[in-house]
Amino acid sequence: MLPTLASRIPWSIGADGDADAPHTFKYRSPSLKRLFKTYLEKPELAGLILLVLLIVLFQVRSHGVFLNQDNLRGILGILPEAGLVAIGVTILMISGEFDLSVGSIFALMPMTMAVLMVQGWPFPLALLAGLLASAAIGFINGYVTIRFAIPSFITTLGMLFMARSLTVVVSGGFPPLLPADLPTWLFTSFVGPGNMFRMSFLWFVAVAVLTSLMLSRTNFGNWIKATGGFLPAAAAMGIPTTRVKIVCFMLCSVLSGFAGMLQVLRLGSPLPSIGEGMELQAVASAVIGGASLAGGIGTVMGGIIGTTLIRVIDNGLVLSHVDANWFKFAIGFLTIFAVVANAWMRKRAKAIKMEG
Amino acid sequence: MSDAIISVRDLHKWYSGVHALKGVTLDFKRGEALGLVGDNGAGKSTLINILSGVHRADQGEIKVEGREVSIATPRDAMDLGIETIYQYNSMVPTMSIARNLFIGREPTRFSILGVGILDQKKMAEESVRAIANVDLHLRSPDALVGELSGGQRQGVAIARAMHFKSKVMILDEPTNHLSVKETNKVIGFVRGLKEQGVTGVFISHNMHHVFECCDRIVAMARGEIVLDKRIGDTSIDEVHSVL
Repeated sequence: MLPTLASRIPWSIGADGDADAPHTFKYRSPSLKRLFKTYLEKPELAGLILLVLLIVLFQVRSHGVFLNQDNLRGILGILPEAGLVAIGVTILMISGEFDLSVGSIFALMPMTMAVLMVQGWPFPLALLAGLLASAAIGFINGYVTIRFAIPSFITTLGMLFMARSLTVVVSGGFPPLLPADLPTWLFTSFVGPGNMFRMSFLWFVAVAVLTSLMLSRTNFGNWIKATGGFLPAAAAMGIPTTRVKIVCFMLCSVLSGFAGMLQVLRLGSPLPSIGEGMELQAVASAVIGGASLAGGIGTVMGGIIGTTLIRVIDNGLVLSHVDANWFKFAIGFLTIFAVVANAWMRKRAKAIKMEG
Repeated sequence: MSDAIISVRDLHKWYSGVHALKGVTLDFKRGEALGLVGDNGAGKSTLINILSGVHRADQGEIKVEGREVSIATPRDAMDLGIETIYQYNSMVPTMSIARNLFIGREPTRFSILGVGILDQKKMAEESVRAIANVDLHLRSPDALVGELSGGQRQGVAIARAMHFKSKVMILDEPTNHLSVKETNKVIGFVRGLKEQGVTGVFISHNMHHVFECCDRIVAMARGEIVLDKRIGDTSIDEVHSVL
């Protein structure tokens, strides 16, 4: 149906309005053009295309080794750790804030647990204490950022150093020995057909599904996007933006701490140096997955795609006998490339006029 | 005054030593379109911010429909039926029209402690109806607000206020940065508010816009009301002379 003259007028009020106006604007099934536009607007599309291309490339270059069961097991075994951190960072970024302290919390949380367990605390209590400590750090990050109106970049940069220092201090310089009877069956044991996954992968999937639903299907998710998208509007419409941001900070810290515990259970020892550099990889993951540094835009799926992409490159370069020192180069290049590609696609999508 | 929907008495506000409102007393009458004019710093934004819950008055009382109220947050104002449409900041450009219509007041299917699952079907249906009710011609509630023109955005903001059955609609410089054609649409809308029984408060720098659509004009200068007359009893020149 060709657009009538009336539908080209931006909007009109008054006598010329059709009395049966509601019938004029029935919800129509999306046209092909609309569908194309909608997909072009998906922030994670660029990352997804890159991921598929790289998987194909590495599969060919490694003569079929890349996608075999053993290699996939290796990738999926460590993906949850970086993936959980990336989910937290992505959600926080959508709310318009930023966390550089995730790598330090990644180390501090399991170290706290280890020290408590050495003193005789049972695992569940130590886990609870570790998660509470992570949540407290997230709260401090958020509270200080908002209360003193300083960039979260600064608050969490400070926290990066403080939490890392605390990790070394509480360990006394020596990584404590973990008790032998840890519930690894719940977190790191291999399960599934052909022992394909670690338990951590199931935790990761569960968290990914829950946070994804939270972001897209709940009113709280709507508040996160509004708070990051345009703070004055969100506040004017009565959204408790301070609380929203602090909850996102806390969620990000708790997920990072939990991910750190998964790594320690996998490695069997709480090293104080784990998670170094993780904060920047997590930001790269979020950005490759289409999250905007300015806030308001991004998806949990995008963060996961970004993390997977980084893990795939890490693994694929080795399998295709490329000097492993090119790894960081590849991540850096992809980060910039993904953002440029995203911006370009969004511009293309905007050029497809649907309203008018 | 029984026909006053909002009445403020002796309202004062200080900003770090500056006396921004010096005892303002004013009745907003039911169903009237009131034009609020004044230079920058005259106190009109302060008055509006207090009524919409952005700031709190330091002194004075506010009554809504005869009851004394305390408006501490934007949400309080909205719950009292006072909706404010700002020049820029009523919409989140990165979100769809449907999502914007319900920001902060999303319908949920069930909720725990105020957090719940969005009723997306209801949001889509109601947003289509809300938009159609103000004769806003948009094809899909899923379009991003960032893609709309300035006039269309004001239209969505107005549709939102109407949808939530606000009793008083405050429009803060709604015609700034709009084309002539879109300005006329907004003015037409302010005129139309009366038929819906909604009190309109129209804030503008542009005296012609105010005279075109209001019943009564209130001019402020230096934190005080300096003129309060029916449109028919005054002129643009008189209003200019007191500012």
